[in-house]
Amino acid sequence: MKQLMLGNEAVARGAYEAGVNVVSSYPGTPSTEITENIAKYDDVYSEWAPNEKVALEVAIGASFSGARAMTCMKHVGVNVAADPLFTVSYTGVNGGLVICAADDQGMHSSQNEQDSRNLAISSKVAMLEPSDSQECKDFTKLAFDISEEYDTPVMLRLSTRISHSQSLVEVGEREERARKDYVKNPGKYVMMPAMAKARHVVVEDRLVKLTALSEKLAKEEINTDKIGVITAGIAYQYAKEALGDAASYLKLDMVNPLPVEAIKAFAEKHEKVYVIEELDPVIEKHCREIGVDVIGKEAFTLLGEYTAPMVAKAVLGKDAAEHTEAGEDTPVRPPVMCPGCPHRGMFYVLKKLGLTVCGDIGCYTLGALAPLQSIDACVCMGASIGMAHGMEKAAGADFRRNTVAIIGDSTFIHSGITGLIDVVYNKGNSTVIILDNSITGMTGHQPNPTTGFTIKNEPTKQVNLITLAQAVGVSPEHIRVADPFDLDNFEKVVKEEVAADEPSVIISQRPCALLKFVKYDGCCEITDKCKKCKMCLKLGCPAITNKDGVIAIDTSLCNGCGLCQNICKFGAIEKVGGSDA
Amino acid sequence: MREGKSVMIVGVGGQGTLLASRILGNVVIEEGYDVKVSEVHGMAQRGGSVVTYVKYGEKVYAPIISEGEADIILSFEELEAYRYLPYLKKGGTLIVNAQEIDPMPVITGAAKYPADIIQKLKDKADGVIAIDALALANEAGNSKAVNVVLLGVLAKSSGIAEEKWLEAVRKTVPPKFLDVNVKAFALGYHA
Repeated sequence: MKQLMLGNEAVARGAYEAGVNVVSSYPGTPSTEITENIAKYDDVYSEWAPNEKVALEVAIGASFSGARAMTCMKHVGVNVAADPLFTVSYTGVNGGLVICAADDQGMHSSQNEQDSRNLAISSKVAMLEPSDSQECKDFTKLAFDISEEYDTPVMLRLSTRISHSQSLVEVGEREERARKDYVKNPGKYVMMPAMAKARHVVVEDRLVKLTALSEKLAKEEINTDKIGVITAGIAYQYAKEALGDAASYLKLDMVNPLPVEAIKAFAEKHEKVYVIEELDPVIEKHCREIGVDVIGKEAFTLLGEYTAPMVAKAVLGKDAAEHTEAGEDTPVRPPVMCPGCPHRGMFYVLKKLGLTVCGDIGCYTLGALAPLQSIDACVCMGASIGMAHGMEKAAGADFRRNTVAIIGDSTFIHSGITGLIDVVYNKGNSTVIILDNSITGMTGHQPNPTTGFTIKNEPTKQVNLITLAQAVGVSPEHIRVADPFDLDNFEKVVKEEVAADEPSVIISQRPCALLKFVKYDGCCEITDKCKKCKMCLKLGCPAITNKDGVIAIDTSLCNGCGLCQNICKFGAIEKVGGSDA
Repeated sequence: MREGKSVMIVGVGGQGTLLASRILGNVVIEEGYDVKVSEVHGMAQRGGSVVTYVKYGEKVYAPIISEGEADIILSFEELEAYRYLPYLKKGGTLIVNAQEIDPMPVITGAAKYPADIIQKLKDKADGVIAIDALALANEAGNSKAVNVVLLGVLAKSSGIAEEKWLEAVRKTVPPKFLDVNVKAFALGYHA
């Protein structure tokens, strides 16, 4: 019986069936559920690593030792893992090694829209691209086989609509495999100039062999001699829905290296050939390079996601379905920090103090939006601390006394530590606020090294942020722990630390409101003492509403965190329904 | 070839729209359809506008639904119904829960929540069904059963037998909430 599975769940199933032994990953939308599903299999070792680079290195070690290994990350995570990636391409593998890279066309939950195919091309590793959940499972298994047969890491390119769409999957059994023998082989595994020169020859030779395989993995479906479509992954589904039998298809299951002969032969059979691919014109440029005339981005776009009607319009000139227009008075609904979010109190203080805030990646990036609008810059994981340090070195002490870096606990472990070391080592005086909410929030509550639990929720040793900051060289008197809901104290601590001519770490400590053990009592209510000063609206809490001047709290949204009570000067907000009410 | 349907479930992140789409997905595979369910995870889930697409039929390709293509839109909130109205197919059904949740631009005063949305929807499209799911959930015995009430309304519009849906509800909800949910489903189905 077929099961409905997310693409990510199907990748996990494929890896399981392929006998994967070790999976090490760092969470990132839209890749996270692959590893979460792997963690449900007791016969596979899985872990959350501190970052994608470590995760890939763990998978490389597992592969060298002879096991099948996998690592999963979002597109920007591959940048972090790029260093080992480019060289494991040279060493090749022992046990199969698969790297899942989940792109986020349309930037549903990302800071950029980069196309991972470029990384497969520049690192010279094979890349497969599934177009639905069944292929997610099948291609993952195939990826392990190719990895071992061709002695190459294999990347699996996913995207939001593949990872987060459910479709039907035929489930199979796990194939138990003995770990391959580990044989000392410095010529293959020790990459220093003499050995690497020899391995580069192997890499180029391997690409030739993989191209021959890619020819076989290109699936031709001939329906007409008029319109031919060369496509891969999710774009195949849009093309197929839009064009049906009005076009022929060359579906490329391997997107690096790309086939040559299969494309030439397909193109010859059609009057017009379109390349339909989201983001960069990777297939299109390849076609031009091998002398095949195609229509590509001039008919489509480099931006965002495609849709079936977009393809129908570009290829057939067909108009979209008739529909009503949206009302012009429709306000947008951007994501917001949840009611009870611990970050809200901190941002309220930062905004009040008018500080320059170097932000980072996580739920707290939402602090850039109205009404808290506190964050000045956000670039990538861990960047907040380095940016604050750079600002100080360039703009001086006065500027620094008005600047903080904010970074989540998981993000700090990921790549904030090195930034902090830089600040201390190079005589910087930045103030770094670590948001310790006891979990990795944005990606859906993964444990991390500061939580004291593993991916399987087993208790483990816990990174102590205080002693860590001390060990790095921050003076104990400038390592402060403060509750962001105690607004007066939090403000006092921030003022003191930004004024200090020393590096500081403030640990803003309060758990994520969505954690099961976080239970605020009852909910808040606005009484007739309300003077309509609208102070509480400055918190940007989605539960506090303003209907024609009447300020009220939506009881279905409020979780009773009480932060609004703390800022109401008139004592007009009361707790109701709680045990102390 | 059997006719399938394209269904959109829209609402505000945190309202429990995923449960409804997953139950719908499982009901239609039992009926032997091919199906794709496309979800939103990550940042948008944090109180933003969320949309889930469920498409079923003999064979489904694209997992998402474009403007003018949805046979049914089930909206958990009024403004979201208004936002996604352009996705409704001519002659399609729009089920809207009569609940207003202010988005942040309205809370901050930068924008206004449109007045009389349900009337505006009815002016723009036939087949608009407005329902006070919260009242029905309370009648069933638990305010949290709003999504199951709405699932009942959706079930009625789907053309798939009530019993098949009840089976899926029984499989999905914890036993101690079963009675409330079965009642909530029935109130929605017969609303």
